[in-house]
Amino acid sequence: MPDGGLVTAAAPAPPRGESPSRRALRRLVRHRAAMFGLAVVLLFIAIAVLAPLVAPYDPTRTNWTAIRRPPSELFWFGTDENGRDILSRIIWGARASLLAGVISVGIALAAGVPIGLAAGFLGGWVDVLISRFTDAMLACPFLILAIALAAFLGPSLENAMIAIGVSATPIFVRLARGATMAAKVEDYVEAARGLGNPRWRIALRHILPNIVPPLLVQATLAIASAIIAEASLSFLGLGQQPPAPSWGSMLNTAQRFIEQAPWMAVFPGLSIFVVVLAFNLVGDGLRDALDPRQR
Amino acid sequence: MLGFLARRVGQTVPTLLFVSVLIFGLQQLMPGDPALILAGEERGDPTVLAQIRAELNLDKPLPVQYGLWLWGVLNGDLGFSWRIREPIAAVIAQKLPVTLQLGLMAFVIAVAIGIPLGILSAVRKDTPLDWGANAVGLAGLSLPNFWLGIMMILFFSVQLGWLPPSGYVPLTEDWRRSLATTIMPAFVLGSGIAAVFMRHMRSAMLQAMAQDYVRTARAKGLAEKVVVLKHALRNALVPVVTLGALELGTLLSGAVLTEQVFTIPGFGKLIVDAVFNRDYPVVQGVVLVTATLYVLLNLIADVLYVLINPRLRHA
Repeated sequence: MPDGGLVTAAAPAPPRGESPSRRALRRLVRHRAAMFGLAVVLLFIAIAVLAPLVAPYDPTRTNWTAIRRPPSELFWFGTDENGRDILSRIIWGARASLLAGVISVGIALAAGVPIGLAAGFLGGWVDVLISRFTDAMLACPFLILAIALAAFLGPSLENAMIAIGVSATPIFVRLARGATMAAKVEDYVEAARGLGNPRWRIALRHILPNIVPPLLVQATLAIASAIIAEASLSFLGLGQQPPAPSWGSMLNTAQRFIEQAPWMAVFPGLSIFVVVLAFNLVGDGLRDALDPRQR
Repeated sequence: MLGFLARRVGQTVPTLLFVSVLIFGLQQLMPGDPALILAGEERGDPTVLAQIRAELNLDKPLPVQYGLWLWGVLNGDLGFSWRIREPIAAVIAQKLPVTLQLGLMAFVIAVAIGIPLGILSAVRKDTPLDWGANAVGLAGLSLPNFWLGIMMILFFSVQLGWLPPSGYVPLTEDWRRSLATTIMPAFVLGSGIAAVFMRHMRSAMLQAMAQDYVRTARAKGLAEKVVVLKHALRNALVPVVTLGALELGTLLSGAVLTEQVFTIPGFGKLIVDAVFNRDYPVVQGVVLVTATLYVLLNLIADVLYVLINPRLRHA
């Protein structure tokens, strides 16, 4: 294990003639921590998709007779300052968090991978220009750049996703560039070139599929960071706008009632922690499973 | 060595130039006309609008605007705050020491927790201690620091009444109260970085412990403590020391939320307040100063890496 995953079972000798992807899948399935993380992620996805069915109450309906009620049989996670059920808001808030995580990383992948591939494959002044611009973006701390972008674009969940996606793009540019530069000197690329394949075909058909593993690991870990970033932006009032539920904005409100209603802060924060931890566990497991040194 | 320094400084200049283009570009994303925001109730008066545009150089072509802005920045003029009508450089200079104090404390906490935990985890690999340290490291990376801050306020301020929940007292005014107001936010800020240090320290130690020189030291009959601390740790620390400088970005990002939770009037709170007051030049100024600090620290980290690594120093 190169860096810090949890317990990994000792891998038995791989079957002969096994494809790299099958081998990685076999190792991932044996990674207990990653499987636990995956189960939690799937559970949260199911909760987010089935929110209208599983949420006990309407997440935006106020109830003036049940203001700041502690957890009880009726309201498992208690109620907030407007008498809204916190469990229902957390269930609906899972949609915003997961959507923000996946869409912003999707934006970063869609923008970062082609740019990084072009820089690594074409080299020369294209590479110099892209690399310097990537360095400049990486010089701005991720969250500060996301806050600045969200501030200039205006507060909304959509703009927060764009801001997080743009801020996460340089990491993928750098990763795709590095992986492309390593792959383009491999024998199979030389062979493809020797057979007379055009450059675009070599980049897309021969190099791109071979740089997927590090991108996959980074994308999983980036979803975890993006979920925290969305919660942070919503906490600051730059993400999901009220009354729509979001874990970050719930924490913002909860801070004002920390003495009278601590449960308002405990459960949304715990939800962010659990889902982010789960994505990190899957990311760590994927990295271990895809690490060629562990063959 | 001198050649390396010249090359590395040479790379920094275009990066900073690109940073300036990026940050100037942020202004172009701004919704609406800045002159309309600044004019306030006089927004209907074309003379006032024209005057504001001339003052801000908004009536000039974009490349000229950029050139004038960059010239100002190079001369220490980051513009003026739209809200408090003060030079941005002065506002930032006033807030920066608060965040630096917080950052320094956070860094000390991160090193004190992360480095020993990483060493212990590597030395006791595949034991319950290693699994526990890994779990703590992963939890530290997954905890949203603003939530950790709220939970600490709940426990240490509301339940136990040990520490003030918010506010800031400068070190120069009363060092005891200053520590009392900053210890919780510093811990919150440092915990995430401690987790990063722990994971990297563990990884670097595991690599170092597998090297031939460690095997030789053991074969010579040296005590395990000497092998770990003198031979493995000294080599494993090299990449971790440079990583420390690069964690500045995490520190400044974290400070935004931590200062907001604990109501500390620092650099992080400045950008949030500027966002809500639509004080865009301040947002721009904060990002510019942060990015410049980061690029310069990156440069120092690279030079440090070469200086403390004899193999690279003599290359």
